[in-house]
Amino acid sequence: MSEMLYERTKFLTDKPTHYCPGCTHGLEHKLVGEVLEELGIIDRTIMIISVGCSAPAYDYANLDSIACLHGRAPATATGVRAALPDSILYLHQGDGDLLSIGLDETISAASRGENITVVFANNNIYGMTGGQMAATTLIGQKATTCPRGRDPKLDGYPMKACEMINTLTAPKFIAREALYDIPHINKCKKALKKAFQNQKEGKGYSFVEILSTCPTNWHMSPQASMEHVKNEMEEVYPLGVFRDED
Amino acid sequence: MKKLMKGNEAFAEAAMQAGCRCYFGYPITPQNEVPEYISWRMRDLGGVFKQAESEVASVNMVYGSAAAGVRSMTSSSGLGIALMQEGITNLCSTEIPCVFLNVSRGGPGLGTIQCSQADYNQMTRGGGNGDYYLPTYAPATMQEACDLIQKAFDTADKYRNPVGVMVDATIGNMMESVDIVENKAPDPSIPDKKEWCLQGGQRPDGSFARVKGLFNVPAESEEFVEYLGRKYDKIEKNEVMVDITDCDDADVVIVAYGTTARIAKQTIKFGKEAGIKIGMVRPQTVWPFPYAETKKACSHAKGVLCAEMAIGQLLQDVKIALEGTKPITQYHRLSGVMPSAKDMFKLCEKIAKEGK
Repeated sequence: MSEMLYERTKFLTDKPTHYCPGCTHGLEHKLVGEVLEELGIIDRTIMIISVGCSAPAYDYANLDSIACLHGRAPATATGVRAALPDSILYLHQGDGDLLSIGLDETISAASRGENITVVFANNNIYGMTGGQMAATTLIGQKATTCPRGRDPKLDGYPMKACEMINTLTAPKFIAREALYDIPHINKCKKALKKAFQNQKEGKGYSFVEILSTCPTNWHMSPQASMEHVKNEMEEVYPLGVFRDED
Repeated sequence: MKKLMKGNEAFAEAAMQAGCRCYFGYPITPQNEVPEYISWRMRDLGGVFKQAESEVASVNMVYGSAAAGVRSMTSSSGLGIALMQEGITNLCSTEIPCVFLNVSRGGPGLGTIQCSQADYNQMTRGGGNGDYYLPTYAPATMQEACDLIQKAFDTADKYRNPVGVMVDATIGNMMESVDIVENKAPDPSIPDKKEWCLQGGQRPDGSFARVKGLFNVPAESEEFVEYLGRKYDKIEKNEVMVDITDCDDADVVIVAYGTTARIAKQTIKFGKEAGIKIGMVRPQTVWPFPYAETKKACSHAKGVLCAEMAIGQLLQDVKIALEGTKPITQYHRLSGVMPSAKDMFKLCEKIAKEGK
């Protein structure tokens, strides 16, 4: 008799994603799905979808979902939480959404200690709109709105989400992870599990930043993109658990 | 039971008696008593009050709780409602019912904190993108405001569309005796929200709730917007409310709403004393506007006085209603300077004599 050793998470629908080859969004959804199943909470999870490459993610998730306006996912999640105290809320947000247009909602929801889990895909660029400069774009990195590379005199410096949220009192778990090799994928999954475990136990706000790739707008191969995360991004955005409170 | 209450507090109580169990708001004068009252009262009722970080956040919090099927509202004044416009068009496109209370102050910009009706276009035409409408009630007294706030929750649920209630700062900040219907049951014709709302988990038929307003296929979007159009046609047909007084043989008809209409009642009294027949058309819904009713009510008049606390916003709808059949005189006071019944009467005298 054969034994099932690995199967696709029931989080994911059969629909092929529109994510570009080498993009880590799909991997993030998969890891979150596995964590939700392992914690036994997938049947009461709602996906809070933001604006960016993940805007049509409702097609990929076997979950109730709500598509939010740009930057407002933490506010909308606050409303859903008010109405459904027992639900598990998975917020997926990119850097344009979470840091630029939605910084107020991000910081305020974190500061209130909303019992939610925010997964932040930081790929240093506006992916869906075609590669414009983001708050997180590295110094010297080229984008369609800084074609000569980000110049700090004009555009300032990369914004660091974990470090900012770590100044607040309420958050319970803050971590920055990457997905460029198996050990890091496993570490990221562990962080996601802790973040959702906290929510399951009603402990409060958890935040996991994932250094993500955008081969299309970085003009790099998928493999070179992974190397870029390891060699360039990680230097500016150091990995690690910033806070893990009980 | 009649109680003496302050307007903003009465509106808050009325909303909660109609089943509002989630409220999100950001402070702005002249409506601060609404969130202040709800902040303690909602706890008694087992609901949720949260002070949001901005009006932008408030409207998106309302989106979340209302999408989960709970009667939800926010309140603000014109500046805050301006910040909510993207949220309102999103609520229309996702068909999420909720209620917006606008206690209007003077504009444009920071303007004044006193009474105004200059948010008429904001509520009836909106500033959000795309084809959408916000059905809006425009009560003239505290009692009527309480009744219409309760009705607004039913209208929102019936059509799955946000609904506005526009009162001016005077109604919000005065004290009057008011009889609020307690534990008002929802209209029985409202379909079960479980058919569409977020619940967190698979529905009995195996499907999931997907609250979204984004389309990748033009033809699908077109079909949806056509459907919205038919819904708005239905609202225009079924939900117009207007109070028509003494118009059958009137020489002059005043068209006014809210506090201005209340002041105009004194003008009508002056008319009776002076032997001038003055009638009044008082729209209780400003969108949909009572176009046909207004035209019919003004059909015998020599002329029409359009009175408002704005420089000609209601006037646009009165012009559409009358289709050029009657001369219209406009009267306004602005920014918290109250309209005068005597000044309106002087204009009515002139209209009765000269037609304009």
